[in-house]
Amino acid sequence: MIIVGEKINTSLKGVSEAIKARDVEFVKGRAIAQAENGANYIDVNCGTLINEEVEALPWLVRTVQEAVDRPCCIDSPNHLALAAALKEHRGKPLINSITAEKERYENILPLVKEYQAGIIALVMDDEHGMPKDAETGITVGIKLIESLLKDGVPLDDIYIDPLIQPVSTSAEMGLVATDTIRGIRKAYPEVHFMCGLSNVSYGLPKRGLLNRTFLIMCMFAGLDGAILDPGNLEMMGAIRAAEVLMNQDQFATNYLDAFRKGLLEF
Amino acid sequence: MELILKLREQVIEGEEEQVVELVKEALDRGIDVGTIVQDGLIEAMNIVGPKMASGELFIPEVLRCAEAMKEGLEIVKPMLKAGDVKSKGKVVIGTVKGDLHDIGKNLVAMMLESSGFEVIDLGISQPEENFIRAVEEHNPDIVGVSALLTTTLPAMRDTVKVLKEKGISAKVIVGGAPVDEDFAREIGADGYAFDGAEAVLLAKKLMA
Repeated sequence: MIIVGEKINTSLKGVSEAIKARDVEFVKGRAIAQAENGANYIDVNCGTLINEEVEALPWLVRTVQEAVDRPCCIDSPNHLALAAALKEHRGKPLINSITAEKERYENILPLVKEYQAGIIALVMDDEHGMPKDAETGITVGIKLIESLLKDGVPLDDIYIDPLIQPVSTSAEMGLVATDTIRGIRKAYPEVHFMCGLSNVSYGLPKRGLLNRTFLIMCMFAGLDGAILDPGNLEMMGAIRAAEVLMNQDQFATNYLDAFRKGLLEF
Repeated sequence: MELILKLREQVIEGEEEQVVELVKEALDRGIDVGTIVQDGLIEAMNIVGPKMASGELFIPEVLRCAEAMKEGLEIVKPMLKAGDVKSKGKVVIGTVKGDLHDIGKNLVAMMLESSGFEVIDLGISQPEENFIRAVEEHNPDIVGVSALLTTTLPAMRDTVKVLKEKGISAKVIVGGAPVDEDFAREIGADGYAFDGAEAVLLAKKLMA
């Protein structure tokens, strides 16, 4: 699994204040903790700072990469903020995200190409909005992959986000997501997937239980990346266990490594 | 009105079949349609709403109640005449331009509707002029403006601004994940609600 650490995001408690104050130690601390817990990418998102996102996002990239040797997942729908942040980035960045909405696609594609970035692509277009069923999700997803390929983005750089929606408001949304992953995986076995999971449990108690059960279901359907809190030991433990069970962890190396570090005690 | 109390109770329990039976029984006993709807079905949802706001009930349970209420309503609908049930007010609601999210907005619309408001749902990604046109056409008491993305907050600001500049008499209320009380005040909205249950309380307050 490709793990993107989600803890540097201004919509989380306390983060907005820290970033507004350009608190270097706070940002570095979060980056280091996430990298130590197994994050492959560090997500940076300051979307709620509407008026200063263009300045704050590159500052975040710079600060994170001063602290850890990890690429960033640069998280904004705003192409101007993305452009400013990409300029500061070292290594191969992941951009979060593009959609099939015409304007957003046209604004963000040139950045993906210029920086040879990985790109998270949301299965969303002007016509359908958020897909209500798997068939729509698969159609929009495949359409997105085809346009990105045609525009010169390698398949290995594409990360499809199947858009997880709450099961509390529409009971079928868990299966819509897994069916969407499975359908796109069938058409493009080499494409990647990347998504946040916590939307699935919106409106229900004990969300962690739902989130990690759902993550395993999605992994079984073909999900190979997730945006989450790597400090969530139960979640990370469940991933390590699922990797062994699905023959994605040869000789159970990572699982046993986590065991010896005490990461499977919770 | 023991039967009406029982009906109310079964809506709150989300027991669809019981609700249907009780509505039929009430009709057989000659209880008037307005009473069944107002004191039974709608009143039940007015109890459910605050239970959701307080965290006692969860969204799927509220949806189950709403479903049960709707089934009951279907039976009496053909018999309803104008004036049988007094509308609590008319609400035009929509998601702002550029925002394709509608889960939150739909919940708010559902809660308002089942609490006795008349709701006109414009849908997702609605430009300002559609809100204006809907206000002119429907003459609502309240306009609900929704946004989920931080990037569409400017569109929310513009929508509220345009509605206010038009000098409409309807109150403008806003909501959505990135919206809060401060932002609502800053952009000149008349109110902010955190979720569907709060939206109902806010709408009632504005109508009082």
